Amino acid sequence: MIAELGHFALVLALMVALAQSIVPMVGAARGDGRMMAMAGPAASAQLALILVAFGALTYAYVASDFSVYNVVANSHSLKPMLYKIRGVWGNHEGSLPLWVLILALYGAMVGLFGGNLPPTLKARVLAVQAIIAVGFLAFMLLTSNPFERIFPAPADGNDLNPLLQDPGLAFHPPMLYAGYVGLSTAFSFAVAALIEGKVDAAWARWVRPWTLVAWSFLTGGIVLGSWWAYYELGWGGFWFWDPVENASFMPWLIATALLHSAIVVEKRDTLKAWTILLAIIGFSLSLIGTFLVRSGVLTSVHSFATDPERGLFILFLLVAAIGGSLALFAVRAPAMQAGGMFRPVSREGGLIVNNLLLSVAAATVLLGTLFPLFLDVLEMGKVSVGAPFFNFIFSKLYVPLMIVAGFGPMLAWKRADLGSAKNRLKFAMVAAVVIAVTATWLAGDNTLLGFAGVGLAAWLGAATVTELVGRIGLGRVSPGDSLRRAVNLPRSAWGMTLAHFGLAVGIAGIVGASLWRTEAIREMKPGDAIEVAGYSFTLDKVDNLRGPNYFIERGIFTVRLDGEVYTVMEPENRRFFVQQRETTEAAIHTTFMKDLYVVLGDETDGVWVARIYHNPLVPWMWMGTLIMILGGALSLSDRRLRVGAPKRRATPAAGQLAGAE
Amino acid sequence: MTFRHFLYLLPLLVFLGLSVYFAIGLGKDPKAIPSALIDKPVPEFELPPLLEGVPGVATADFGGEVVMVNVFASWCVPCRAEHPLITRLADEGIVPVFGLNWKNEKADAAAWLTELGNPYTRIGWDLSGRVGIDWGVYGVPETYIIDKQGRIRYKHIGPIYGQTLNSTLLPIIRGLQAE
Repeated sequence: MIAELGHFALVLALMVALAQSIVPMVGAARGDGRMMAMAGPAASAQLALILVAFGALTYAYVASDFSVYNVVANSHSLKPMLYKIRGVWGNHEGSLPLWVLILALYGAMVGLFGGNLPPTLKARVLAVQAIIAVGFLAFMLLTSNPFERIFPAPADGNDLNPLLQDPGLAFHPPMLYAGYVGLSTAFSFAVAALIEGKVDAAWARWVRPWTLVAWSFLTGGIVLGSWWAYYELGWGGFWFWDPVENASFMPWLIATALLHSAIVVEKRDTLKAWTILLAIIGFSLSLIGTFLVRSGVLTSVHSFATDPERGLFILFLLVAAIGGSLALFAVRAPAMQAGGMFRPVSREGGLIVNNLLLSVAAATVLLGTLFPLFLDVLEMGKVSVGAPFFNFIFSKLYVPLMIVAGFGPMLAWKRADLGSAKNRLKFAMVAAVVIAVTATWLAGDNTLLGFAGVGLAAWLGAATVTELVGRIGLGRVSPGDSLRRAVNLPRSAWGMTLAHFGLAVGIAGIVGASLWRTEAIREMKPGDAIEVAGYSFTLDKVDNLRGPNYFIERGIFTVRLDGEVYTVMEPENRRFFVQQRETTEAAIHTTFMKDLYVVLGDETDGVWVARIYHNPLVPWMWMGTLIMILGGALSLSDRRLRVGAPKRRATPAAGQLAGAE
Repeated sequence: MTFRHFLYLLPLLVFLGLSVYFAIGLGKDPKAIPSALIDKPVPEFELPPLLEGVPGVATADFGGEVVMVNVFASWCVPCRAEHPLITRLADEGIVPVFGLNWKNEKADAAAWLTELGNPYTRIGWDLSGRVGIDWGVYGVPETYIIDKQGRIRYKHIGPIYGQTLNSTLLPIIRGLQAE
């Protein structure tokens, strides 16, 4: 009964979305206020209905209702509650309700917080949002109904893939979806603006916070996924250039570019068509990612069960959404007039270079991901594009991107003086060289790659700090005045500083983890010891234990440094009863500068294969991204982005104007 | 239509091109690895040696005894994981293992083998991946079992774990050796 209620709510939500996609659009064209006003309440109603459906499916999982096929396929009565709930979105059918729930949530938020939008723009944005919802609700109801019953109902379920039974991964999909579904809002704003034929500073100001929200979640989602791969897959690696990872990374690159180009539209009234295009492409790449993961055209370690019929449906959605918006772009965008002029060396110039580099990066990932498909279609054989390709291109893009990110914030709008910026950044250059020399010496690395890798990260960090110091006048005015200036700095300025600084920290982590890792893979018996990066690891014994729905094999390793006991690490192997699959639980000992990482591998005749890694700077990757997300959140809380803020801008404090990002 | 208008049309054209590929790609199964090579003689090829003192691999080197061919690269993480098992197969004399070093710089591969030890009796160096295509290499690691007549009899994709080794590969190897 509950399942039928959920099913019914989905059908109703589809009807509401249909109305919401047509009525406000017609109203906006005719200038009919009442028709336009329908959009907001409709968006809220859609959210309420999808919440009911989502609640119904969650109930079926929590209550282990094995008459629902989806629950049978993905749950088990013995599973811990967290994973019963997590199981709801751990599969294709169940992840779609989460997808549309988040879409509806964004729509309802635009309806509620969009009070200061012009009525026609708001109506059109919500109508476009509803068109996307129609597509996905229809997809779900026609090809992937999560409420399908099974008769007779089996006694118990098949359980969730054990790799996914993990706390970190429980929150990874919701966060990732909040990111790439969130880009739908920027997309809707772009399409609405194309229909209106008007893009101005106000439009950029409205679209930016939505992009920021999506970007922050996307960053968090990607990092959670990477963190999960790091500790759960047990290879000591954190990024594998897998199609699914790439599918989330491409929209992130474009969203990052969009955040930067929207500033140019807002401040200088130019780069309009480009910004619109980025907004369309960002969400398009999310959709293409969805297609790639769910249609089965590419293989991946974590793709969903695939089905060509579904693939065809998603392809149809893709062509309608992306093809439609790009066609609209081709027709309407040429009429958009560029505003302010600027010289190549200027803040605008720097932001354009940023945009170009990020777009090339996204194109590279797309090409690398799709290349196997191209060759397959052209009957030229089956290949895989591996890490060497991506690493090669990214190591080349990295250099200019870091240099520009350091200089950019120092440049004035319209026309900047590169000499003076260089002058002010002298200290940062020296600091970068000193840090790079010290770090490579400590790591025992004498390669140019290591030096440049760390040096550029250090450069960005130092340049960002320099910019902040200059802005608050530290050293030039009294410390009290500096503090006052720091407090009065717009939050968006702090956001930029934190995001850039976080990037520097995170990149330093990536460089350390990629270049300076030491590892040993050995067969070990209890009593054996091996040495890795100065630490000696002794396998004391292996215990057999039992978890809630799995058996445990736990290795006890004593780690010694200079003969003293440093720590004890306990990696596990888990064998799940139901799916008869094994997972490895790496033991990780984290300090500020490094991770020690131990995995207990397969056993044969009392001998285990142990994998032991010393991963310098890995914690910096997680810290760096946290700082970036914090930057996004701070920027989002900036007063001028909040509801009704523009009215209060009439008398800003002089200091705030000067520092406005 | 001016050039400017064409520029604005370009994203749409690129996307439409992509979607044609997607549509054709839907009809294909990426997991279906060409199995046409199974039970066929090993392809005609000749690869130079990777290391001094360890010979290269060519078609003529097969036949007479059961051989395992292991495709590896120093940049491939799972290859590291299966390395101890490969080493054991070779050390215990269960089956000779030929290495096919795939899309790998010579110095990198040599350093990798120096670090982990070399279990291979022969190693062919396939920098371009050209020979890999003839073998139907889809990614690394991959492992092939060749029978006494020099025919490919089994292909394993991905790293070899203890369980796969015991339950699948070893019985096949022993079966072929008994033939």
